[in-house]
Amino acid sequence: MSDLFHVSSSPHVRSKDTSSRIMLYVALALLPTTAFGIYNFGYRALILILVTVATCVLSEWVFEKIIHKKSTINDFSAVVTGLLLALNLPATLPWWEAVIGGVFAIVIVKMMFGGLGQNFINPALGARCFLLIAFAADMTNFVIDEYTGATPLAAMRNGEAVNTMNMLIGKTAGTIGETSVIAILIGAIFLILMGVIDLRIPGSYLVTFVIFILLFGGHGLDWNYVTAQLCGGGIMLGAFFMATDYVTSPITPNGKLLFGVCLGVLTGVFRMFGANAEGVSFAIILSNLLVPMIEKITIPRAFGQVKEGK
Amino acid sequence: MNKNIERLYNGIIKENPSFVLMLGMCPTLAVTTAAMNGLGMGLSTTVVLVCSNLLISLFRKVIPDGVRMPAFIVIVASLVTMVEFIMKAYTPALATQLGVYIPLIVVNCIILGRAESYASKNPVVPSIFDGIGMGLGFTFGLTCIGIIREILGAGQIFGVQILSLEWFTPITIFVMAPGAFLVLAFLVAVMNIVREKMEAKGKPLAAPSGCLTGDCASCGQSAMCTGKKSE
Repeated sequence: MSDLFHVSSSPHVRSKDTSSRIMLYVALALLPTTAFGIYNFGYRALILILVTVATCVLSEWVFEKIIHKKSTINDFSAVVTGLLLALNLPATLPWWEAVIGGVFAIVIVKMMFGGLGQNFINPALGARCFLLIAFAADMTNFVIDEYTGATPLAAMRNGEAVNTMNMLIGKTAGTIGETSVIAILIGAIFLILMGVIDLRIPGSYLVTFVIFILLFGGHGLDWNYVTAQLCGGGIMLGAFFMATDYVTSPITPNGKLLFGVCLGVLTGVFRMFGANAEGVSFAIILSNLLVPMIEKITIPRAFGQVKEGK
Repeated sequence: MNKNIERLYNGIIKENPSFVLMLGMCPTLAVTTAAMNGLGMGLSTTVVLVCSNLLISLFRKVIPDGVRMPAFIVIVASLVTMVEFIMKAYTPALATQLGVYIPLIVVNCIILGRAESYASKNPVVPSIFDGIGMGLGFTFGLTCIGIIREILGAGQIFGVQILSLEWFTPITIFVMAPGAFLVLAFLVAVMNIVREKMEAKGKPLAAPSGCLTGDCASCGQSAMCTGKKSE
């Protein structure tokens, strides 16, 4: 027997990546953004973050208890969902609305479709859009330094001047996690260095968006305006942390580029021609729905395979 | 008489059109923004259904098989026109609320489905009871969805504020289109639990008919269905 080859079935090369390790890295990368959000919006932001994270983890645990499945809360994905959801909420949101959002994200968007890996849209963004439609007034009530302020995007839409430097640092009104571009970029660079996210999606997203703004923004080649559009709203948070979600983005390399183009065009259309100043979350959700089709048309040709019809 | 009561039970619970047969989904989703709308829609459909079952059952031996669908449609459309005018005269507010969905009762799957699969094959009295049962079952389904959507979306039941707006923020998504799908999905899920319980007890409910099963042969809509599987 010993002179026989013992060949095990594939895979032969295993990576050390596990779902929980990747989720942990994403959570770590979100720390600067989270910390700045708490610094910027005070204790209410902290409470909201704790509430949504606790709700997400708890509802995943309870749901799996009810349907007698093995608990998967150890993979940290519920923590990341909760954190991302909180970063997408205004700090003034009543806590019970955040709880509804957390339950919606985990139970309806994620678990009902089969749990991590099966959800067809990003759970945190699904819940954010649900809350945006359900509690429109509370979800657009942005308060900073004790007074209600328009978000930079809304101000720009009204033709007011905005301070791009403040937007870069994050001292503006907005949701908890979207204001500080610098904090988001620190996390994003960490994720890229650790190999967790691929630059293709955020890269093609942002490039397409800039081209769209230059063409249809109505400001011509005004780089100030373009920079302000890039730093305002949730586009940075969306591009690096939510569009790159493994489950809801294409796996083919060309598909990733195409996915980014869809995101950029949709975000531009929503921001320029939509009813609201912001449209990143709707753009990402719509593009999530396109992912199966994008993957279908961008499957790479296997080595040696001949193109059909030739 | 026993058979008539069986028809009522069949329509309201065993083959409830909204939750078991999944028929008439268009009005179910579109008009149930408030309990009153659901009730009004359900009752007007019931009136049409009972009358059409009565007439079709009466004429079932006269109507030639080849043109039975046009004949049914003419009967149903006349009844719907009457109901529409009556509603416009006596309940104008409700008629405005339901809008185009009243004329659309003509093509409601439940009415043609019952005409095709029951009234055209059975005597008059059981057909009337079948119409009452199915109609009440439909009304029950629509009112349930309407009540849930109205409570969550506005804090009201039949227009009466029961959840004070001082502490309750209406979840407006429930009176919009996505709310209809969410509520219907959850009610059907509850119904599926009930179905499993009944099967465990040995009293199975009817299986979903038509398109849900892919069994076109037994479907009441088979004659006019355009998406039918080729046989």
